[in-house]
Amino acid sequence: MRTTDAVGRYGEQVAVAHLEAAGMRVVARNWRCTTPVRGEIDVVARDGDALVAVEVKTRRCGPAGAPAAGHPFEAVTPVKAARVRRLLVAFAETTGERAGALRVDAVAVLRPSAGPARVEHLRGVA
Amino acid sequence: MGLGATRGVALVGMAGAPVDVEAFVTPGLPAFVVTGLPDASLGQSRDRVRAALAGIGCSLPSKRVTVNLSPASLPKQGAGFDLAVAVAVLAAEGVLAREVVRGWTHLGELGLDGRLRPVRGVLPAVVAAVGAGCPRVVVPRENAAEAELVPGAEVRSASSLAAVVRGHGGEVDGACDPDEDVAPRAPAPVAPPRLDLADVAGQAEARRAVEVAAAGGHHLLLVGPPGAGKTMLAARLPGLLPDLGDEEAVEVTAVHSVAGTFDAAGGLLRRPPFEDPHHTATTPSVVGGGSGVVRPGAASRAHRGVLFLDEAPEFRKDVLEALRQPLEHGSLVIARAGGAARYPARFQLVMAANPCPCGRASGRGDACSCAPLERRRYLSRLSGPLLDRVDLQVEVTAPSRAALAVGAEGESSAVVAARVRSAREAQLARLGGSGARCNGEAPGALLRGRLRLPAAVVGDLDAALDRGRLTVRGYDRVLRTAWTLADLEGTSAPDRDHVGAALLLRLRGRAA
Repeated sequence: MRTTDAVGRYGEQVAVAHLEAAGMRVVARNWRCTTPVRGEIDVVARDGDALVAVEVKTRRCGPAGAPAAGHPFEAVTPVKAARVRRLLVAFAETTGERAGALRVDAVAVLRPSAGPARVEHLRGVA
Repeated sequence: MGLGATRGVALVGMAGAPVDVEAFVTPGLPAFVVTGLPDASLGQSRDRVRAALAGIGCSLPSKRVTVNLSPASLPKQGAGFDLAVAVAVLAAEGVLAREVVRGWTHLGELGLDGRLRPVRGVLPAVVAAVGAGCPRVVVPRENAAEAELVPGAEVRSASSLAAVVRGHGGEVDGACDPDEDVAPRAPAPVAPPRLDLADVAGQAEARRAVEVAAAGGHHLLLVGPPGAGKTMLAARLPGLLPDLGDEEAVEVTAVHSVAGTFDAAGGLLRRPPFEDPHHTATTPSVVGGGSGVVRPGAASRAHRGVLFLDEAPEFRKDVLEALRQPLEHGSLVIARAGGAARYPARFQLVMAANPCPCGRASGRGDACSCAPLERRRYLSRLSGPLLDRVDLQVEVTAPSRAALAVGAEGESSAVVAARVRSAREAQLARLGGSGARCNGEAPGALLRGRLRLPAAVVGDLDAALDRGRLTVRGYDRVLRTAWTLADLEGTSAPDRDHVGAALLLRLRGRAA
């Protein structure tokens, strides 16, 4: 588990860098909640008027260049995306952040055995 | 963002409807959605397609894949769309040229290893594709012979998805071909034994009835004690029938293709089929049915052939009554959730029955141990409306010891079949243009119009009608039989004797 935790933390750093480069402002990281929904938002960011919860998934790639454990986005199921959305509502209520729109994004970080990480960003998955 | 499209065929009964299979690949969370009213087995095609694509080294993209089967409102069944879905996805991804696959119709089920498996109903599906102006089809290798039976079809066959992709000019891992030898082979069909009429001892009268039935396509009822040879006689009727014509052969083959009882290796079915359901058969098994998807029953599988009901009074009443519609119209319409299906069912009905539950009430009936009421009830299970449609009703008596001892062989099937053939030719020449192929199908209006017989010839018939021994339908049916008798003798029109003999054949020898 420790290895994957490290990979995850690394991925989140890459994702935050990517989001900021895309003009988004990070509001919170690893925001946890138990009620009304139990879970964690990897990154909460502002994109203009919108408040965005970002689910980050990271995978290491095998020698062939493809992630052995499947593409990161395959781990973002509709159920999970919906839960992140409910968490985002809870976040907005708890912190009093005001937003014109709520959005859930997914970011995939693919870490090859050599060279820079590849980042894919999907907007509005839930 | 990619869009790929190809064609498949949905079958509703015997009618095929061309279906556009479109695949749309967009960025989004990975998902594989099939829309357009798929049933369970078609909905599961996404898992087979996913595995098969991975097998040829073209894994599904980690994107949202939407597959639409258009027209979306038509319910679609079965795994036959697997290949079309896989090809559409490959075209959407750019592995295959979109313009190339758009012009092809793809039929076939995929195995997880990318093997292409045969499907049912290829013949009507290819007919539909050709009819829709898309004659180029890709079918599994096992179905190739069947697809090639369709005139005008341009058939390409393949044993695996990889072969299909290569055929369309795509590039795949060659090493991923499934091992050909592993493909399970259907056992070679066992040829049914040739049944010859010469095997039947004695029974001159019943043999004659079978010959008349074969010559005119008349329905036949054989009544007699157990062991008299009713079943033997009935089983030899198909051997007397002439081969099917081209059009009939395609019809019959299409029914058997949908029913899954057709082996394409032998080509089109040229011999009239013979179906003999057991008397415990249910209505859906005889007329067709099934939940959701409608499959043809024994009556449709006997299309242009013989439907033989042994021990007919033992059949359930609803089964017998359900046969009245096909007897009259030559087709069956069955409605289920998956849509209404029309199957052809123009069969020749042959029934065998004991005269009573103990079976010994023939002749004077001295040996019969049944109560009179039982005896009366037994044959009346065959309802009046059903029996009214049976032209030939014959008593079969057990052959006497003398008939067996003489050992004189009766005529062989070949001799009788030759007579039947020439009688059929005479009928076709006379009935040509009316849509009927034999006397049994001749329209009543024609018999009472252009082919009207002089009053002197039909005098006995008129009398029987007046006395209520015949219905009007029965009147027409006796006329049909009379024409067949004349055709067998080679005379140009029936005379009074033919009409009398036909009347006797209908009324089980208890005429007027």
